[in-house]
Amino acid sequence: MWDYTDKVKEHFLHPKNIGEIENPDAVGEVGSIICGDALKLYLKIDKETGKIIDAKFQTFGCASAIASSSALTELIKGRKLDEALRISNQDIAEFLGGLPKEKMHCSVMGREALEAAVNNYRGQPAAVEEEGRVVCKCFNVTEEKIRRVAIGNHLTTADEVMDYTKAGGGCGECRAEIEAILKDIWMLKKPEKPAVPKKLTNLQKIALIQEIIESEIRPGLQADGGDVELVDIDGDKVIIALRGMCTGCLMADVTVKKIQDKLKELVSEKIIVEAQ
Amino acid sequence: MNTIYLDNNATTNIAPEVLQEMLPYLKEMYGNPSSMHTFGGQLHRRVEEARAKVARLIGAEPEEIIFTSCGTESDNTAIMSAAESLPQKKHIITSRVEHPAVLNFCKHLARKGYRITFVPVDKRGQLNMDEFRKTLDDGTLIVSLMYANNETGVIFPLMEIGEMLKERGILFHTDAVQAAGKIPIDLKKFPVDMLSLSGHKLHAPKGVGALYVRKGTRFSPYIIGGHQEHGRRAGTENVASIVGLGKTCELAGENLYNEMTYLKALRNKLETALLKLCPDARVNGDTENRLPNTTNLSFEYVEGEAILLRLNEFGICASSGSACTSGSLEPSHVLRAMGVPATAIHGSIRFSLSRYNTEEEIGKVIEIMPGLIKELRNLSPYGRQKL
Repeated sequence: MWDYTDKVKEHFLHPKNIGEIENPDAVGEVGSIICGDALKLYLKIDKETGKIIDAKFQTFGCASAIASSSALTELIKGRKLDEALRISNQDIAEFLGGLPKEKMHCSVMGREALEAAVNNYRGQPAAVEEEGRVVCKCFNVTEEKIRRVAIGNHLTTADEVMDYTKAGGGCGECRAEIEAILKDIWMLKKPEKPAVPKKLTNLQKIALIQEIIESEIRPGLQADGGDVELVDIDGDKVIIALRGMCTGCLMADVTVKKIQDKLKELVSEKIIVEAQ
Repeated sequence: MNTIYLDNNATTNIAPEVLQEMLPYLKEMYGNPSSMHTFGGQLHRRVEEARAKVARLIGAEPEEIIFTSCGTESDNTAIMSAAESLPQKKHIITSRVEHPAVLNFCKHLARKGYRITFVPVDKRGQLNMDEFRKTLDDGTLIVSLMYANNETGVIFPLMEIGEMLKERGILFHTDAVQAAGKIPIDLKKFPVDMLSLSGHKLHAPKGVGALYVRKGTRFSPYIIGGHQEHGRRAGTENVASIVGLGKTCELAGENLYNEMTYLKALRNKLETALLKLCPDARVNGDTENRLPNTTNLSFEYVEGEAILLRLNEFGICASSGSACTSGSLEPSHVLRAMGVPATAIHGSIRFSLSRYNTEEEIGKVIEIMPGLIKELRNLSPYGRQKL
């Protein structure tokens, strides 16, 4: 059971400012029902003064998501836009007397909704998120978001990044990459480059690829009802066939990419994987 | 405020009769059953009486029962024992909806070179039998399938599978932690080699379980040390809890039929009313083959943790398959394997009943739940409920 503060409970059980605003001046929408939480923020803004006259929200999510949304609206009401934008996710968490660390991503979602709404008001693209390279494919988290949240909240471990952004909380494949990003941010010692593998003979390469597919790739796919078969190896081109649940899966391309990344990492940078 | 406890697949209260039976062994009768003196040695007989009671509940012989510390230990032991006994076989078959005690242990063995087949289930949560048949091969070491699912209550067709495996000489283990004492099990007729059960799911305390190992099955202990349990499970016997497990099995056996009838009626009342009163709700799982005490419902457009914490305000205890309650960010693997849409998984709630639940309690839940769902839907940007 989560250790929620009384303030979180209060804002979850009796949230403030719920619902829609008719003819809002700005709307900010973040998250999705698939990911398990989503927040839609409505603002009424005084055009003369740039003050937020009214703020309302609709949230799909857990107790801390609802409480964070309620806290956000309380924090921004009556403030000028620029002033409101200075409210950080920590301010939202602090307003609530703190959030369990695993739930900090709820406060981040609140802050993002505000940013999206202000961008919407100013005629800028709604989300910063859509730009940049996606690191966590399960929760669609970009490198930019990881960097921004990690720096803003002094996050130094992959677990902390997961608590704040969800990144790495699905299949976990991107955790190494998140750690590399963190090392880069905090100027920690760069990971040592793995020793350059000596040139493999064709036979060794085929055997190595077979072994990696058998021991590293198939068990994971099989656990999800899918499977993969090695069809052929032609130079650096590896031809595979996806089976079971993988066929026709929306994530099939991602799976092929993941297999390619693994083989690039463990066999050779030159490997190209194609699905039959 | 009175607690309305509807989370009995998570754990149960200790039955008063069980606690009563246990107390002397927590107080004055603290001896070690292995001792030579009467003070300790007399407890050996109490342990054996408990063993006979556990055996009787599932139609086994007392010497086929090994006491363990929990269901997880029983599951791990069963699979490991098979692996140790038949080291040349490297293929394990299980399902995608097993309890982590089996699922994660199999994944652990996969890293040690075992080939694991996770048999899929259909949208009712029923095992895909065609797939299952296809996966059996000569290298198959053991098949481990749960008797009944903890999240949905769905019961697998194990009799048919058992016959098939017996014919082919493949070891068969079942995790019956949710089934034992809730539905009839007779191991004289049911061809399984090993079966796990747990005390705390059945009104005995936490920290005690049992593993049934059919006579003639090769066995290799998992916990190694003293000679307890005829060398099959080392460690000084948890006498009080073992006595409690015996008593609880006796009670379950005596009341099985009445309890099943009672729980089924109560569960159906709850389920029918909630489906009727809450729009956009559904049952997850095969309603034809299901434990009498379990219902897993999904409420679209709302998130499970929010539902649970609102219920909590009324003292109502349940659980959810939503990601927010799992401690990880992944929602229920069981509902995902069944192909339940993500939106419905996030809004899934499991109620699991016990003999201690009353009509009145169920009535209270029926009274509270629809309004609570409506309120949360009004907070949600998706599918506002019109009522």
